[in-house]
Amino acid sequence: MASPYDAIVVGGGHNGLVCAAYLARAGRRVLVLERRAVLGGAAVSEEVFPGFTFSVCSYVVSLLRPWILRDLELSRHGLRILPLDCSFSPLPDGRSLARWGDPERTRREIAAFSPADAEVYPEYGRTMMQMGRMVKPLIDAEAPRPTSLHPAHLLEILGHGRRLNALPRHLRTRFLQMMTMSAADFLDLWFESDVLKAPMSVSGIIGTYQGVRSPGTAYVLLHHYMGEIDGAFRAWGFAQGGTGAVSLAIAAAAREAGCEIRTEAAVERVVVRGGTARGVVLSDGEELHARAVVSGVDPRLTFLGLVGAEHLPDDLCSRMRRFKLRGSSGKVNLALDHLPEFTSRPGIGPHMRGDVAIAPSIDYLERAFDDAKYGEPSRRPYINMVIPSLSDPTVAPPGKHVMSCFVQYAPYHVNGGPQTWPERREAFGDTVLETLEEHMPGLTAAVLHRQVLTPWDLEQEFGLSEGNIFHGELSLDQLAFLRPAPGWAHYRTPLAGLWMCASGTHPGGGLMGAPGALAARAMLAEGSL
Amino acid sequence: MPVESPLHSRTAPLCTSYRWKEWAGRYAVCSYQTSAESEYLALRHACGLLDVSPLFKYEIRGPDAAALLSWVWTRDVTRLAEGSVAYGCWCDERGKVVDDGTVCRLGPDRYRMTAAEPTFRWLARQARGFDAEVTDESASVAALALQGPSSRAVLTELCGEETAGLGFFRAAHARSGSLELEVTRTGYTGDLGYELWISADRAVELWDAVVAAGRDHGLVPAGLDALDITRIEAGFLLAGVDYVGARDALIPSLTSSPFELDLGWAVHLERGPFVGRDALVREAREGSPETLVGLVADWEAIEEVHERYGLPPSLPTQAWREPVPVYADGRQVGRATSGTWSPTLKQNLALATVDTARAAVGTRLELEATVAFERHTVPVTVVERPFFDPPRKKGRAGADEGEGS
Ligand SMILES: Cc1cc2nc3c(=O)[nH]c(=O)nc-3n(C[C@H](O)[C@H](O)[C@H](O)COP(=O)(O)OP(=O)(O)OC[C@H]3O[C@@H](n4cnc5c(N)ncnc54)[C@H](O)[C@@H]3O)c2cc1C
Repeated sequence: MASPYDAIVVGGGHNGLVCAAYLARAGRRVLVLERRAVLGGAAVSEEVFPGFTFSVCSYVVSLLRPWILRDLELSRHGLRILPLDCSFSPLPDGRSLARWGDPERTRREIAAFSPADAEVYPEYGRTMMQMGRMVKPLIDAEAPRPTSLHPAHLLEILGHGRRLNALPRHLRTRFLQMMTMSAADFLDLWFESDVLKAPMSVSGIIGTYQGVRSPGTAYVLLHHYMGEIDGAFRAWGFAQGGTGAVSLAIAAAAREAGCEIRTEAAVERVVVRGGTARGVVLSDGEELHARAVVSGVDPRLTFLGLVGAEHLPDDLCSRMRRFKLRGSSGKVNLALDHLPEFTSRPGIGPHMRGDVAIAPSIDYLERAFDDAKYGEPSRRPYINMVIPSLSDPTVAPPGKHVMSCFVQYAPYHVNGGPQTWPERREAFGDTVLETLEEHMPGLTAAVLHRQVLTPWDLEQEFGLSEGNIFHGELSLDQLAFLRPAPGWAHYRTPLAGLWMCASGTHPGGGLMGAPGALAARAMLAEGSL
Repeated sequence: MPVESPLHSRTAPLCTSYRWKEWAGRYAVCSYQTSAESEYLALRHACGLLDVSPLFKYEIRGPDAAALLSWVWTRDVTRLAEGSVAYGCWCDERGKVVDDGTVCRLGPDRYRMTAAEPTFRWLARQARGFDAEVTDESASVAALALQGPSSRAVLTELCGEETAGLGFFRAAHARSGSLELEVTRTGYTGDLGYELWISADRAVELWDAVVAAGRDHGLVPAGLDALDITRIEAGFLLAGVDYVGARDALIPSLTSSPFELDLGWAVHLERGPFVGRDALVREAREGSPETLVGLVADWEAIEEVHERYGLPPSLPTQAWREPVPVYADGRQVGRATSGTWSPTLKQNLALATVDTARAAVGTRLELEATVAFERHTVPVTVVERPFFDPPRKKGRAGADEGEGS
């Protein structure tokens, strides 16, 4: 029987939707199946409390690929990004540091802590940008194939090598250092002030079960600067209406191209016949067929959950069991009656419109990890907080606010087992509020409603295995041609007809859209669709 | 040297950037902050408050007020209903545009006209033989522009729902506390927005009232830099930038007709005589050599030119207004007169005047671009204006305030 679909995409996260949109625009008949009632996966807006729209998980758009934005005409489909201009770090001693879009202002702020750092800061930015430029083509194309002898692949690797060689010697050295060092050590090469280094180091640990002093975390700092390269595009910001607006704009583009999207359609398993994926079975027993099945969920859920080990090579299954997911972050979303001020910088000012990092020192961050290392949530966690309602009045009633707090560490593998998280949930929420209250007295009293998401909730509700926000840590051993597994890093799987398109594939997690788009490209290039 | 606007005591302390410029002889804020970005964002996502008092404003009063305006304007102003506003332009005898602005019918025989250039003498001279009196209100009337998606909520708090329910290009008298003002649903941002007109001596009180009403609606004072980006997104012309007023042009080739400025829709020829009519009738019949168009640049090409130098593509953070040549088939066919990076549309936009033969939507042209001190061209496409046109601009209160898609 001929199936009405060329491709079924499992999961309506932003990557699944991007993949579907590209396939549909290429004339393919595509069906997206999303388990939840709303689209977007981790990039979702929900009115959790009447009148307040939360960016439930992902809260800032940073690496969304500009070419996807253009290809899918996301602006025309209603996507509006409100750039952030400030990164603010309040300190317990009453001082604070704000880094602004305005370099002079930033220089003055840093100089209050270290005149030397203030001078080096722009230099650091330029260096990272130059190195970022070298790496950037990696995230906009399929992963290189280091073991392939195909001339095209060799040329590709040569290209990357050439770019590395084209860097001045000191940058090459820096680059190699960055590949192996910890974020804290790498920043030590440049800066002396802890107050500056701490908030800068955290981009190395977001979504990982590592500390800022763990080797290998420096590389991820670069990702931040790849965003800077697109800086002109000003894509680092809030999506108007919450992060879900990104997913909805992509969905609109997909629908316009003829794609069909179903919500509350949970895929139970992938139908495998004769070593080939033929379709899917939904939780209500409905069976749907297509020439290709594209998984928009994480690799472990894909292979061990939806496909089943019996259909797969053993080495892949064991790699999937060992794949580092080990979620370490949680999220607390608050509906606020009014906005309290920071003790360290009074007034409701522009410093509150960007992102706020509770990261007063490297030691503080490392201590937060120490707790997690031994199975406990941090007593004083790193918090990245934003108040999008200050820039986007559509997300809260007039005068009221939404506050979104990304929290690390909340280890999935907590003492007593992950299933004990529901009992710990409120205590975790309390810790976050107590931590913030130290900087922003009166916050707790202003809370009208709070939504606390532990790694367990991220797994149960959002289908993120072990609550990993990126479908797998972005560590070097799980990136590029190793993501999610050597040999299967190009969106293909050992099963004919089964593809992968989400954050567990190259170039990885975050609101980028690149895995979805590159997967679609690979599928179309293969020609069987 | 410019003088202060009636709102200077409020705008000056806020202008921490010290970025001012002269506008119509007044000090006007370019941007309150070093970067205009937050002001631009407020205009598009919340609301911005602009001091637009420097606009030239004239009251035309008397039984022949409408007839006088219809004689001066290319539009038939006698058709304008009370409580309505119209946009348009006026020409010299050669049918070349002198200036553009709005006219608002405030009463049966009372109109207010705005202009970019001093126009009192021009009006007064034309007024001979009409039973109408022209008063220069430029200094005595202050104007505030309240623009952006949440402007209606602010105006509701300020003047009540009835005023805030005003239709697009409508005008009404309004009251806020003890303040008497006129409100028009107009603006230069191409978005939902209003302009508030008040006696200059009470302007400061109005500013304070607006700021208070806007507190919970994301209101941000905005300067001319942010306004410039929005007006280009809206596809609006700027006199002296996108065209040269007929009185300022030293040579005829610098002038433009309304048709050439794509303002043909605001030319009403089927009526009695008016200034420039004969020339415009002729041009309507024979066609216009040039046409104003909107251009969008190919991003990939911009990126590619920069890549050749190993540079990341840089984007102007401000609108530009130095004329740039436009080419087709290696020959200059026009000039782009202003442009901007649109943060909302994520596109490089320009307004250009090109040979009419090259003005059709979809036409591919080349725009000069300088990268690393060297001249290049990048491909551009003629597109419809406005570039950005959210339904809320004309939408009714209570209707979907969104942009739609
Ligand atoms: C708390 C949190 C904060 C984050 N903050 C940021 C941030 O600020 N900036 C940033 O760039 N990134 C952030 N991220 C990461 C980013 O959100 C994710 O990497 C990205 O959204 C993942 O997109 P995806 O499409 O690959 O997968 P997902 O969004 O995980 O999509 C998978 C989809 O599949 C659905 N699904 C699961 N199982 C089934 C099934 N059986 N049948 C059908 N559908 C199914 C899920 O419901 C989901 O919709 C954050 C993530 C989290 C969790």
